Amino acid sequence: MSVQMSLLAILADAPGYGLQLRNEFEARTGSIWSLNVGQVYTTLSRLERDGLVEQRGGDGVEKLYSITRAGRTRLREWFAEPTQYGAPHRDELVLKLVMALESSEVDARDVLQAERKAAVQALQEYTRLKRTADESDIGWLYLLDSLIFQTEARVRWLDACEERLKRGGARRAKVLAEQDKEEVRR
Amino acid sequence: MSVILEMVDVTRIHGEGHLAVQALTNAALRVDSGELIAVMGPSGSGKTTLLSIAGGLDRQTTGSVQVEGQELSALSPARLARLRRRRIGYVFQQLNLIEGLTAAENVSLPLELDGMGLKEARAHAQRALESVGLQDLGDRFPDDLSGGEQQRVAIARGIVGERVLLLADEPTGALDSITGEAVLKLMRAHCDAGGGGVLVTHDARWAAWADRVIFLRDGKIVDETEAPDGPESLLNVR
Repeated sequence: MSVQMSLLAILADAPGYGLQLRNEFEARTGSIWSLNVGQVYTTLSRLERDGLVEQRGGDGVEKLYSITRAGRTRLREWFAEPTQYGAPHRDELVLKLVMALESSEVDARDVLQAERKAAVQALQEYTRLKRTADESDIGWLYLLDSLIFQTEARVRWLDACEERLKRGGARRAKVLAEQDKEEVRR
Repeated sequence: MSVILEMVDVTRIHGEGHLAVQALTNAALRVDSGELIAVMGPSGSGKTTLLSIAGGLDRQTTGSVQVEGQELSALSPARLARLRRRRIGYVFQQLNLIEGLTAAENVSLPLELDGMGLKEARAHAQRALESVGLQDLGDRFPDDLSGGEQQRVAIARGIVGERVLLLADEPTGALDSITGEAVLKLMRAHCDAGGGGVLVTHDARWAAWADRVIFLRDGKIVDETEAPDGPESLLNVR
């Protein structure tokens, strides 16, 4: 979906050949998402099937694509609609942390720390890229900021998990101790 | 590469006997010229204690702390105070700017206290204000500056003169993202120019500006980040 709409957005500025479209896509996204030419042609034929782009002209070897009126309408709708995220997917990290809580194989705090360290290292790398980025390269900075904020959110969530573990752990120890006392009394 | 700060096996115990609280246990930290180190950890993990000891504001119970090769605990109070004024800059979340003094006066104050002549001190202050982009606002009083500008004045005061070690405790405080980023850029520039810095923060987004990130838990350094594998490993996102 997002590749389709991105190609439409590029075609809305000017008609283009497949390879051109791929290069423009990578230039606009700072090459953070690679796109192979095959993927571009598959997407274009789908867009053509749906009447959103058409072939017009060309040099006889390569096909030149243009956006149609319906394509422009669809593109405007895409910009206007808030992005749909759908139902939350089953997040491996959440599952791993939940499993670590009860597992005798690991200390849940060590799992949290390993995840936190990896996230902070990723943040360091994104930040290094941002420091060396050209301030006028706004699209590239959008992407880096998006990755930075998402990764930061993960670290904050891991911090909250650790705090919860600390408090919940103390409470659980108390409950278990009381159960033990009950047992002894009986 | 010269070593700016070296802490070895540093332990700090508050109180005595059964009331003793171990705030820091066997901490080791080295900052070379050109390096910015971030210290992360939950509140109460010993971050501020570590920073205070690094800057000679607090003294360790055992262990060694050297700034540019000088053992802080071996210095007389007067010499320690002089080292703190001349070589170490501090930036805190509470800016501690003096309201009755202009921005330029706030920045030059530590140098004047150190016995530097007024003219020379003001020249240093002007240079420090320039480096944080506030050369035209030196005459303003703190109340007439925005939060971000006040924070930059505090940083100018932290790096004025020949300060080599910059210590910052949550320096981005309540600043918005873009202003916070400007603060980190200044800290980074100080280090890139050959200084050294330690940044204490609970916010990973700011810690990520550092060359290394150290994790504290219950007064102990439990982990630190390693050199990254390179962007290819991270940008392979779909």
